[in-house]
Amino acid sequence: MPTGQETLTRPATERRAPARRKTPATTGRDRTHPMWFLAPAFAILFVFFFLPTLFNFIYAFTDWSSFKSDIRPVGLENFTSLLSDGTLFGALRITLLYAALVALFQNLFGFGLAVLLEKDTRLNRAARLIFLIPVLMSALAVGYVFQALLKPDGSLNDLLSALTGQQVSIAWLGSTTWTLVLAAIIHAWKWMGLSMLIYLAGLKTIPEDVTEAAHIDGASPWQAFWSIRFPLLAPAVTFNVATALLGSMNGFDIVQALTGGGPARSTEILNIFIYRTFGQGLFAQATTMSLVLFLMVALLAFPVIRLLRKREEIL
Amino acid sequence: MTVPSYGPTTHRRTPPPRPRGLAARLRPIAVIALVVLVMGVPLWLVVVTAGKSQAEALSPDLSLPTRWQLWQNLAQVWQQGEVPAALLGSLLVVAPSVALVLTLGSMASWVLARRATRLNAVLYALAISGIVLPPAVVTIVLLLRQLGLAGSPLGMIGVYTGIYMSTVIFFVTGFVRSVPIALEEAARMDGAGPVRVFVSVILPLLRPVLATATILICLYVWNDVFYAFFVIGGRLDTLPLNLFQVANAGLYLDNWHLIFAYIILMSLPLLVVFAVAQRRIISGITGGAVK
Repeated sequence: MPTGQETLTRPATERRAPARRKTPATTGRDRTHPMWFLAPAFAILFVFFFLPTLFNFIYAFTDWSSFKSDIRPVGLENFTSLLSDGTLFGALRITLLYAALVALFQNLFGFGLAVLLEKDTRLNRAARLIFLIPVLMSALAVGYVFQALLKPDGSLNDLLSALTGQQVSIAWLGSTTWTLVLAAIIHAWKWMGLSMLIYLAGLKTIPEDVTEAAHIDGASPWQAFWSIRFPLLAPAVTFNVATALLGSMNGFDIVQALTGGGPARSTEILNIFIYRTFGQGLFAQATTMSLVLFLMVALLAFPVIRLLRKREEIL
Repeated sequence: MTVPSYGPTTHRRTPPPRPRGLAARLRPIAVIALVVLVMGVPLWLVVVTAGKSQAEALSPDLSLPTRWQLWQNLAQVWQQGEVPAALLGSLLVVAPSVALVLTLGSMASWVLARRATRLNAVLYALAISGIVLPPAVVTIVLLLRQLGLAGSPLGMIGVYTGIYMSTVIFFVTGFVRSVPIALEEAARMDGAGPVRVFVSVILPLLRPVLATATILICLYVWNDVFYAFFVIGGRLDTLPLNLFQVANAGLYLDNWHLIFAYIILMSLPLLVVFAVAQRRIISGITGGAVK
């Protein structure tokens, strides 16, 4: 049976605090670290984050729209209608595919750049800075730039024409299959500088003697890299994959500016659907999709949060 | 996650003497080629198109404009895109949001880190859940209407503060845990109350992590268009919202030179800040991520 004090204190963190004090830890802490310091932050979190989330669970089951003033409960109607016309699973599939592709490309690009630019030469340092420019740019702007670049009469086709010697006019953004992949690549292009920085920082933390020892033991540079240094990058991989996955599931700007969800809604990720239906005044449908996004991320995020917190406790 | 750095970390890098093979000599060439192709082409497209006349920019390509008119285009965008109003709107939202989220977040983080009760463990888990969970954008609008804050800068500030509070609490709590408590106790012996201890002992120590958080949140809020679209809904100009509107409106249809001029104008403030403080920004971003 736990006593009252044990339920209030966590033994793991007690080590830092003077645990063996005579007075109960909490009363002393009330004077030195009063709980009211939490109040403003949690008030804001409650009003602007938790309450709307709670509302999601209510209004997804109503007929809230801009066409009438009263809001009535309709049960599961929103879900069944989104399920029956295939919109729900379509948008879910597109969003998950997009997120997975972004995580893949962003990490491939970022990792490649980090390895290429690892040495601290002047050229490499300048190149790193240049690869960071897209990170600072607005995602919307990135979308417009690539929309212009990938037009059928755009610059990419011009470049390819010049290289191959024949007229190339591929409608890059017109494929219902490949445009989503392209959008993911562009998303990865915007954020690869950040992944690169994190991989570079990860590479820097590996002591020089570890690789040197491998050399002395007769490992080839290739072997030394993949079996010694790469496994030591695990924390950076975790962080990059998690942020890329979660960031792109919540994406909007790039795809909206690039394709607006087209062609034939093949790139309509959840947030674009929410934006579109909200604009049409179908608030309940938008709320329903918002709830679906929330549930999907929550389901996938639990392992991620656990992972991050576990790592944090190790630190 | 968060790695404290009380001083500049020094890297002792002595590369082992290795014969410079063909691969080593080709590497700089590969770097330059990659930069030119992957970064140079899109950025070049932006600059040359922003310098063209409307007729020339109709189908944007990489050719140089026959006559540079970058300044005229920038001036035209400045007026038609209502850049001064949008700049003011952006600043009006970004500055208070960042100040508020950092102050309130640090206060909460300090107590969360120092009082390790079970209740606080639950509160901490709740507080950082917003890092991954997406905000409920649609019902936020409803809530703001009920509060009378819909479309107002105040509502937008509240929403951004709520969204990024989790990030701040996560970063700062981890950092506070690594600050020795003896520093606080010394001040307390001298008779300082909790507010005094927080303001004059803790806050100065938090500088590195607050710098990182400031950079990240400024980046997100300055460029955000999704949340602003729902919350503000056209009643306040911000830079990304105006870019979105002008690019969608008939006014700018096929006006790539103006869109790209707008993009240049909008990106300049962040690029200038980056150019001035790049070293600090880079170490700030990476400092938090990897151990």
